Amino acid sequence: MNVSYRWLQAIAPTITEPPHELAHRLAMLGAPVDEVRELGAGIRGVVIARVEEVRPHPNADRLRLCTVDAGTGQALQVVCGAPNVTAGGLYPFAPVGATLPGGFEIREAKLRGEISQGMLCSARELGLGRDHMGLMTLSNGWEPGTSFVEALELDDARLLVDVTANRPDLLCHLGVAREVAPGGIDDLRLPSFPAGGGAELGIEVHGEEGATAGVRVILEDARGCPRYLGAVIRGIRVGPSPEWLAARLRAVGLRPINNVVDATNYVLFELNQPLHAFDLDKLGDQVRIRRARPGERLRTLDGLERTLEPQMLVIADTERPVALAGVMGGEESEVTEETRAVFLECALFDPLTVRKAARSVALSTDSSYRFERGIDPGGQPRALRRVVDLILAVAGGEIADRGVDLYPRRVGELRIALRPTRIEQVLGISLSVDEVIRQLHRIGFEMDASGAPLRVRVPGYRPDVTREIDLIEEIARRVGYDQFPEELLPFRPSAVPEDARVALAARLREWFRGLGFLEARTVGFAPRDDHRVPLLNPLSAEESHLRDSLAAGLLRRVEHNWAHGTRDVRLFEIGTVFLPAAPHEVLQEEIRVAAAFTGLRRPPHWSDAGRDERWDLWDLKGLLEELAAELALEAQLVPESALLEAITAPETRLGIRLAEGWLGGGGQVAATAVDAPAWAAPVFVLEARLPVRAAISAAPEYRPIPEYPGTERDLALVTPVGVPAAEVAETIRAHAGALLEALCPFDVYEGAGLSAGERSVAWRLRFRAPDRTLTDAEVDAAVERVLQALLEKHGVRRR
Amino acid sequence: MNAGLIEQLRILEREGADQIKAAASTSELEQLRVELLGRKGRLTGVLRQLGTMPADGRPAVGAEANRVKQALAELLESRLGSLAAPVTAEPTLDLTLPGRRPWRGALHPVTRVVDEICAIFRDLGFTRVAGPEAETTWYNFTALNTPLDHPAADVHDTFYLAEDLVLRTHTSPVQARIMEAHRPPIRIVVPGMAYRRDSWDASHAPAFDQIEGLAVDEGITFVDFKATLAEFARRFFGSDTRTRFRPSFFPFTEPSAEVDVSCQICGGKGCSACKGTGWMEIMGAGIVDPAVFENVGYDPERYTGFAFGMGPARIAMQRYRIPDIRLLYESDVRFLEQFAGQG
Repeated sequence: MNVSYRWLQAIAPTITEPPHELAHRLAMLGAPVDEVRELGAGIRGVVIARVEEVRPHPNADRLRLCTVDAGTGQALQVVCGAPNVTAGGLYPFAPVGATLPGGFEIREAKLRGEISQGMLCSARELGLGRDHMGLMTLSNGWEPGTSFVEALELDDARLLVDVTANRPDLLCHLGVAREVAPGGIDDLRLPSFPAGGGAELGIEVHGEEGATAGVRVILEDARGCPRYLGAVIRGIRVGPSPEWLAARLRAVGLRPINNVVDATNYVLFELNQPLHAFDLDKLGDQVRIRRARPGERLRTLDGLERTLEPQMLVIADTERPVALAGVMGGEESEVTEETRAVFLECALFDPLTVRKAARSVALSTDSSYRFERGIDPGGQPRALRRVVDLILAVAGGEIADRGVDLYPRRVGELRIALRPTRIEQVLGISLSVDEVIRQLHRIGFEMDASGAPLRVRVPGYRPDVTREIDLIEEIARRVGYDQFPEELLPFRPSAVPEDARVALAARLREWFRGLGFLEARTVGFAPRDDHRVPLLNPLSAEESHLRDSLAAGLLRRVEHNWAHGTRDVRLFEIGTVFLPAAPHEVLQEEIRVAAAFTGLRRPPHWSDAGRDERWDLWDLKGLLEELAAELALEAQLVPESALLEAITAPETRLGIRLAEGWLGGGGQVAATAVDAPAWAAPVFVLEARLPVRAAISAAPEYRPIPEYPGTERDLALVTPVGVPAAEVAETIRAHAGALLEALCPFDVYEGAGLSAGERSVAWRLRFRAPDRTLTDAEVDAAVERVLQALLEKHGVRRR
Repeated sequence: MNAGLIEQLRILEREGADQIKAAASTSELEQLRVELLGRKGRLTGVLRQLGTMPADGRPAVGAEANRVKQALAELLESRLGSLAAPVTAEPTLDLTLPGRRPWRGALHPVTRVVDEICAIFRDLGFTRVAGPEAETTWYNFTALNTPLDHPAADVHDTFYLAEDLVLRTHTSPVQARIMEAHRPPIRIVVPGMAYRRDSWDASHAPAFDQIEGLAVDEGITFVDFKATLAEFARRFFGSDTRTRFRPSFFPFTEPSAEVDVSCQICGGKGCSACKGTGWMEIMGAGIVDPAVFENVGYDPERYTGFAFGMGPARIAMQRYRIPDIRLLYESDVRFLEQFAGQG
């Protein structure tokens, strides 16, 4: 909402603080000011001047020579290119030495051989609008030499007030003045209009039908339009608005159109009541407020032909719609310079009806914006009288008849009970009843009686206030949030336990960080894929579905890093993925952890002597093993995986399994799944879901540190193709007996000395007894059993 | 079992030879000699086991041991000769050369902010909880006193997944879920992602981090509310931070407030970062609207509370002077590595 500082002062002369201080106070009342724009600031030295004479320029067809009276007592010669300059006209004039917005200083110049002693200005050159087709024409009555800025009240400030959706009352100057005037409503007055003060409009209240000046007004749909007022003015002269009115509208960023339209806009910005003026002669003798009929069309004021839908409320003449109710008028009944009589509409439209109509025609107008938020249901008679007064003052004419007010079901005033004890319960301070009454009175809330509870009458312009708590907010707001003490009170501990997943996620983040990984954040969207959940209203094709894997997103980030020449990438992420679910549910959410890494395992070092230490599959497997232990004690790592099938090479897949299903997995990224430059190292990915309940790891239990020495045996085992190490290990464990303390492979050899398909795997076995030193004979016997079993079960022999 | 000992000797020979070949200095070779062939070396270790085996197998093991010893000794000599050739064989120990380091890991800048915020609220008695990102319109809007057709719902331009299912537009729905599942006293913070249909630009992303907070109990007041959030601000931004509460509007709080802190860059004097106001907006907050209590089955006459929501991504951008929100989600290693330190 654009607010003019001068306009506010005209309504509440008690407002005297400078615009910036006013802006601060508004912010502290809940309406922050995004910007305070000084208007007319760049204009210096510009005066109003009369063009006495216009002659052709001897050397240029498009230029003319003007003799200008700028009030200096000396005629000036000015070269002018504007087509609309006429002898006798009054225009803004920048004499030599004057400055225009943008710091442009006027100097005496020679244009095509003719002296020009200043410049006649267009509105655009003065920073007052976009119109640069011609000079800005001023109405008669100004003395040449009058300061242009003062005459047009341009030394104003525009406050860009950020009005929250609950405060429609602040969408007009009266409402803003009510908030900031030191005495509140007692300081307010509606300024009288220059040349105004004619007859007052009488208004007659009817039910669903009435007439004014021969126009029958029929309210067919009192739900869409609870109240509809109309009045007719005849004998008007449509033309430019007087400067004071045009200046007010410009100050709030509106473009003056003509005196009638400007008058309706003025009242809109003064009282928050949208109004519409129809050309009576184009309207005929009937106004009907009804729903649109199927297929009906309307060319709106913006020149667009619109097809109406049956739920839209329209204003219609005997046949056709002439306006989309509360949104925009029709072009055909628009007020033009030929208009001699107008039918003025001042209505209360249903917020939802207007909102739906505005949405379906994709329009948001000053009018629809206000109806949607809710206007004062009792404000129409005053607004209609106000606009009639203004039109009579600026466009002449006379009231044709008493106005008509169709108001079939009166909206009652709302009264709310307010308990002082409740105020204290919520706000934590105690306020006297007098203070409460005083604070509420300033913004228009009155008391029926001052007993307990208080009975508070809610003014119609505050549709947001419907409950006791709303009044308490008003009190807090008016007292000032900064007036409340800050006192940290004792609190009881939360009854809500920490979510185990949040804690687990934090632990995993630290774990990955400790391993040298960088935490990535990607957003939860992905391109189309049949396994993904679609968005109904996506922003783009690349982000049209929800992600079903974190690793796939991280791969895109790896590619991004490659594209910027970064070869060594190690990323991890913890985030949500979305999986399609059973038919009756749309989706299932999982929190997952994932990582993607490529390039060097650690930063290059001078001692590496050029040997690359790249991440390999065993790094991935080690990470998966550790991760599995972090996530779930009973998890098992197996050389297959149902996760990441789309992006990993099948022979490299590893999975983390639980009894009830897959917990995670990983592998080397398949060449087809990633857009890698020629120099890129292999990429590895892993991904796992965070269990809903964190692994309940039993507290570690102390086992005695061995007292007796152990005995190690190294076995180099020639292992035929197809016998996996895990099976060999299993057989060793099964046959070595209880004395086997540890088992690990320490070398794998293929090549000379072995036949093709064979490999030699060297295992180290450590034996130990808890209560004595083992003899070689015991250990040898165990090794012999193992070798025997290996040979029988797997054909594995000692090398 | 002589086979076992002979096997051990051969493994010793193979490993020893590898080590000797890999040795880069004479001192390393000397060390290897002691380790392999010295009085307490590995070879001696193997031979000690001779006593435990039958006498008839010992000569074979002994012969093999001699062979291995000789082979390794020869290899050591020849290696020593080639290394000793230049007189200054010992490489210069230049400790100014860089050491061998692992990669430095880093938490995302937004995570750092989230963690810090949650830790402060934890000290103030708030536990961390989570909730779904795909949310019903009931929890996302209606339960929070936001009718779907109210203009207040306009500010959430929402991603829909089904007629009554959306990507949550804020973390506030978790308020309602937690209240339904627990009785007061409730003190929670909810870190998580929220979604709005904003196209990517320097200050907007269609998905962003949020932290929600909620305190509900008997006797909580506006005074408490202000004090708790001001205390948070001092702990997070520094003890001399001033806090400002301005009236605002959120459908699920009443009274509602925007909370500003004195600008962290200029200290409140006014600068370009705070647009000359001296203040930076850090959160929206307010007293829980009684309608929300009614929606979750709490007695609004008995319980009061306050709620707040803030954007850690914005706070991270302010704190680390990150000019473009897209940097947070690009996962550029050169960006992420800047957050490896603890500062």
